[in-house]
Amino acid sequence: MAAVQDGQLNMEVEKDIKTEITNDGSGNINANSSSPGSTSSGGKSKSPAGSGEDQQTLLAVLQFLKRNKLTESVDILRREAGLSADADDSPVSDSAGAGSGGVPNVSADGGDANSLLSRVSIATPFAPPATAPPKVVAASGGEDQPDVNVVLSAYSQQGDPVLYPLYYNGLKKFIESVLDCHRAELSQVFYPLFVHMYLELVYNNHENEAKQFFEKFSGDQECYYEEDLRILSSMSKKEHMKGNETMLDFRTSKFVLRISRDSYQLLKRHLQERQNNQIWNIIQEHLYIDIFDGMPRSKSQIDAMSGSLAGEGKRDANKAKVFYGLLKEPEIEVPLDDEDEEAENEEGKPKKKKPKKDSMGSKSKKQDPNAPQQTRIPLPELKDSDKLDKIMNMKEATKKIRLGPDNLPSICFYSFLNAYQGLTAVDFTDDSSLIAGGFADSTVRVWSVTPKKLRRVKSAADLSNIDKESDDVLERIMDEKTASESKILYGHSGPVYGISFSPDRNYLLSSSEDGTVRLWSLQTFTCLVGYKGHNYPVWDTQFSPYGYYFISGGHDRVARLWATDHYQPLRMFAGHLADITCTLFHPNSNYVATGSADRTIRLWDVLTGNCVRILTGHKGPIHSLAFSPNGKFMASGATDGRVLLWDVGHGLMVGELKGHTDTIYALKFSRDGEILASGSMDNTVKLWDTLKAFDDVELDDFTAATGHIHLPENSQELLLGTYMTKSTPVIHLHFTRRNLLLAAGAYNP
Amino acid sequence: MAEERRPKQCTVVLPTESMKAMAESIGVGQLQEESCAALSEEVSYRIKEIAQDALKFMHHGKRCKLTTSDIDHALKLKNVEPLYGFQSQEFIPFRFASGGGRELHFYEEKEVDLSDIINTPLPRVPLDVSLKAHWLSIEGVQPAIPENPPPAPKEQQKTESTEPLKAVKPGQEEEGSIQKGQGATSAEAKGKKDGLMRMKPRSTHELSVEQQLYYKEITEACVGSCEAKRAEALQSIATDPGLYQMLPRFSTFISEGVRVNVVQNNLALLIYLMRMVKALMDNPTLYLEKYLHELIPAVVTCIVSKQLCLRPDVDNHWALRDFAARLMAQSCKTFSTTTNNIQSRITKTFTKSWLDDKTQWTTRYGCIAGLSELGPDVSCAFVSCTLEEMFSPHSKHCASVIAKARPLPDNVEQYRADYGYLGPMLCSHVVKARNHTHHHTASAHPNGVSERNRRVRGVPYRQHHQGTQLPHPHVHPTRHPNTAIAPGNQVHRHGNQLRIIFHPAGTVDGSFVVFVFFEIVTKTIVFKSINTIHSVLLHSPDIVPVKGLDTYSFKAFYFYYFLHCRIIVKTSNLTHMESCSNQKSVKQINIFYI
Repeated sequence: MAAVQDGQLNMEVEKDIKTEITNDGSGNINANSSSPGSTSSGGKSKSPAGSGEDQQTLLAVLQFLKRNKLTESVDILRREAGLSADADDSPVSDSAGAGSGGVPNVSADGGDANSLLSRVSIATPFAPPATAPPKVVAASGGEDQPDVNVVLSAYSQQGDPVLYPLYYNGLKKFIESVLDCHRAELSQVFYPLFVHMYLELVYNNHENEAKQFFEKFSGDQECYYEEDLRILSSMSKKEHMKGNETMLDFRTSKFVLRISRDSYQLLKRHLQERQNNQIWNIIQEHLYIDIFDGMPRSKSQIDAMSGSLAGEGKRDANKAKVFYGLLKEPEIEVPLDDEDEEAENEEGKPKKKKPKKDSMGSKSKKQDPNAPQQTRIPLPELKDSDKLDKIMNMKEATKKIRLGPDNLPSICFYSFLNAYQGLTAVDFTDDSSLIAGGFADSTVRVWSVTPKKLRRVKSAADLSNIDKESDDVLERIMDEKTASESKILYGHSGPVYGISFSPDRNYLLSSSEDGTVRLWSLQTFTCLVGYKGHNYPVWDTQFSPYGYYFISGGHDRVARLWATDHYQPLRMFAGHLADITCTLFHPNSNYVATGSADRTIRLWDVLTGNCVRILTGHKGPIHSLAFSPNGKFMASGATDGRVLLWDVGHGLMVGELKGHTDTIYALKFSRDGEILASGSMDNTVKLWDTLKAFDDVELDDFTAATGHIHLPENSQELLLGTYMTKSTPVIHLHFTRRNLLLAAGAYNP
Repeated sequence: MAEERRPKQCTVVLPTESMKAMAESIGVGQLQEESCAALSEEVSYRIKEIAQDALKFMHHGKRCKLTTSDIDHALKLKNVEPLYGFQSQEFIPFRFASGGGRELHFYEEKEVDLSDIINTPLPRVPLDVSLKAHWLSIEGVQPAIPENPPPAPKEQQKTESTEPLKAVKPGQEEEGSIQKGQGATSAEAKGKKDGLMRMKPRSTHELSVEQQLYYKEITEACVGSCEAKRAEALQSIATDPGLYQMLPRFSTFISEGVRVNVVQNNLALLIYLMRMVKALMDNPTLYLEKYLHELIPAVVTCIVSKQLCLRPDVDNHWALRDFAARLMAQSCKTFSTTTNNIQSRITKTFTKSWLDDKTQWTTRYGCIAGLSELGPDVSCAFVSCTLEEMFSPHSKHCASVIAKARPLPDNVEQYRADYGYLGPMLCSHVVKARNHTHHHTASAHPNGVSERNRRVRGVPYRQHHQGTQLPHPHVHPTRHPNTAIAPGNQVHRHGNQLRIIFHPAGTVDGSFVVFVFFEIVTKTIVFKSINTIHSVLLHSPDIVPVKGLDTYSFKAFYFYYFLHCRIIVKTSNLTHMESCSNQKSVKQINIFYI
């Protein structure tokens, strides 16, 4: 637990975030990290602001007590709050003076509260937030939620509204007339420019001009911005801009464009020649142009990468090293199973098993150069039961079918009948013995798919009666009377959107619309903890592959990393510009990936809390993520029906799988990573040849450095099979340890 | 990504009227127009905002239908009290009311008597959620079980067979030999890439024991003697979704069956086999494209074979020809593409044998039946050329008829208007004929037009064809504005004679004018449409005498047949078919043309 910060600190930080989040709609908060040294003195760092406010209240109370000569209470309060006498004495006397108006105050211009705050934060060096660096890492582009008014004021400079269409048209004409190789790149400018010009018009109350402008040019925008344009078009008044999240995103984050130096020079020259300051200002203020040297990109290259809410990820955002390798497996003696051995002997291939085991053993001994250090983040120690499970896993793995284009997996489909459109989430345990379903009626149901029934542990009174020394104590603690094939877990007060089994099958996590994540025991079938932190619906939650940690993400755009024994999150990952729709742990547990409605995927480092990858290219909210078993690749599926493949190490898109016609809700790699299965709302399961997909990509140094990759158009060749279900959307997929594919969905007659 | 799907913009705003109505409903009386406008914009914006949020809940609920609870959750997200108790299972029945110049849509909230609710029996408890497992795929092949959708939906089969390169790889058929074509192309595609050809083994697809039993039962029932069983079997073929894998067997069965039975002149069996073809075609889950090479020859055989039964004079092999012709037309309609050119190939075959003088008359009949079923376009295209060369020499025959039918004067322009390009020629003939008839009166025409005096009623020019679906008026709605009833068409009845006069206004373009005349003995037949006549004539054995006609008359009959396709348009009373007078039901079929 060394690297995990203590709860106290995180509580502070979290509170801070929460206040910001709850306040961002009203636009009243003053903390603004993106404009350092601006209006408020609390804006220097966010963390002190939160604690400062507490202190401030405290001091105000003290001041009040002192004025009323309640010295005893003052002493008590001071003692309890742990404030040193001199820490508060001087400010109190100062402000008391200011309050009485007798003595001229040095900080009168800042106002009493502010001066108090600033002194407190300076005078209390032992305050935790000041000593420890804040754990919330505002990722690039995110910069959190600054004051709306500050943001909006960026639009106060305005030109003649009548000229806007002319400016835009002028630029359009210019871009249409440039050389082909530059045109595609420069065309990227259209969309952000359009948005900002429109918002500027709206902000300055030129409603009609704005509407006309929209009508005239919205048709020119790329079709994948359709959704945003729709939101934009509904916004026609200045009042609407307040509190509109989408709008805030456009503003707070600079739209990132990647343009080659030549193209950029061309644009710059044009704008300067024409004295087109309006457009130039917008480009300067609201756009981040990432200039690179080299060949301008082609239209298809640009299209592959664009589509997210805030443009592409900056190139340097993806430069950080990611240790994508797997952790070394603990060495466990695999006891030779006599029965198996005999069986094999009978079949006449007795020698086969041994070399296999050796190869596996040697594999796990080798340290992967790309792997993080074994102790990079503290992982829970293996229990005996975990070791047993590992042994089982290995045994099963020897019976694993090698999949490939000529050897497709069998698919077993679990249909939820009579779900009445209420099935919202499904998960399987790793050993495929249990299925859990989250439902819109707030229930979580667990089924056993093996003959072994689900049993509850006996009540405490009964447990005291059993013989604790007996060998079968684990059997005895179970209550036979409660044996059933399924159990229902009640506790949530809203639809359950995310569900995840712990790797040891003892716990189940569920996240819900009610803003909580709940941890359920699968021994007692009761709720153990309700993790509160998200104030808004929690769309997804996921256990770490090593257990103990889990991640959750939801409507509040912040992903939180929790440990099961902490009721406060350990890390908060802020940076997404819209809802976090899906979350996933990297197989080595050192990273988490989050997919969002802002159409980006971010990879976060669990240790530092930094965002280490921003992957753009999807044209719709991302609803599914999957890591390849070797941790090197990632697949993501979105509402646009496309699956994108990513190289995690390079932060590059390496493939695009087209074929689905609706949202992809489920993605899973086979146990060897040879096949990717995708399940979608269009009632199909599709299998893709991922080995070939990764082989087909030519990664030379240049493309790796620039990220400008030519995607081969080979979806048809990679598609190995399509399996229609009978009006059953596929919402979860799982490969068993023997590479049998399990799929689940609710039958919608 | 360049598809031009333009965003639907939400510039729609609620009408200010609604604002007023809402204000009144909560007791705010006089609302200013400006406030209304401002309010409505604000309200519209908020509604859209909420709808956008509600969509999120729908997506995360893994549904494609927005529900009221999604809206509730979206409201909750905005910190707005959700609408409690708003439950609507089906639709929200807005009522409409108007009065005092105002229109209002409102939601009817009935007063509910609690005791009623208490006393109504409780609804049945919905079934609890349960879990059921089945195999979606076994080693890459989708098993044909009820839990799975019917293997290979028709659209997919179609894209596979017509555009194999575009087709989505079906997965479940990859291993099966039935996918030879598709498998080969995908292998080709792979081969191109890899530089070596990877061919799938062409092993025949094994049928399961159940499928084999089914196949045996079905085929036996189809050609067996029990009609009830046959009906059941055909029903099964026409509806069962899982026949895909047995299709090659059925196809071979039919083609072989026709081959053998044509030689043996076994009409009954041929009919049964054709009914099987029909049933296969009717099956919505089957796409027969890949089996046409077997099926089409079989069907065409049944249309044009010289002899289909042992006693052609007695047996109704005409019906089989008609039926097969309709099947042919149907398959042309469904499967003809620019690549396989079925329709034009079939048309060419028919036309060629039709125009060949040596062709047997039965075959000719089949050719015409086949052609005419292909629809007006085909008929037009192929008849027009033949008509033109035949028209001119014979136009004088009908001139006399027109002379009687038409009132004076004979104006060339009028003729042109009525008869198209044949008008001027006709006109000159008629003028001649008028002079001529002065000498002959009605003696040359025993059942002369002059006797025509009682109008029965106008007949619909063409009605919907029963049975097999064929190109119908609605297929070319713009081309034939007069299809329902041509106002000038008349039916005259005189004793045993029935004369139908079609007005040229009903023709395709007014170019062809052909005279048809019937004399029918039976009294009971009610002629409702051309279709009826068509079927009476063709389905009765009375057509047989056509055999005795000379080429000239026979061709005349063709045109009668094309009347069905809207080409022939006028009746006359010229007799030319003495040989058929010995028949019972139809005394004479007099056909003439110009």
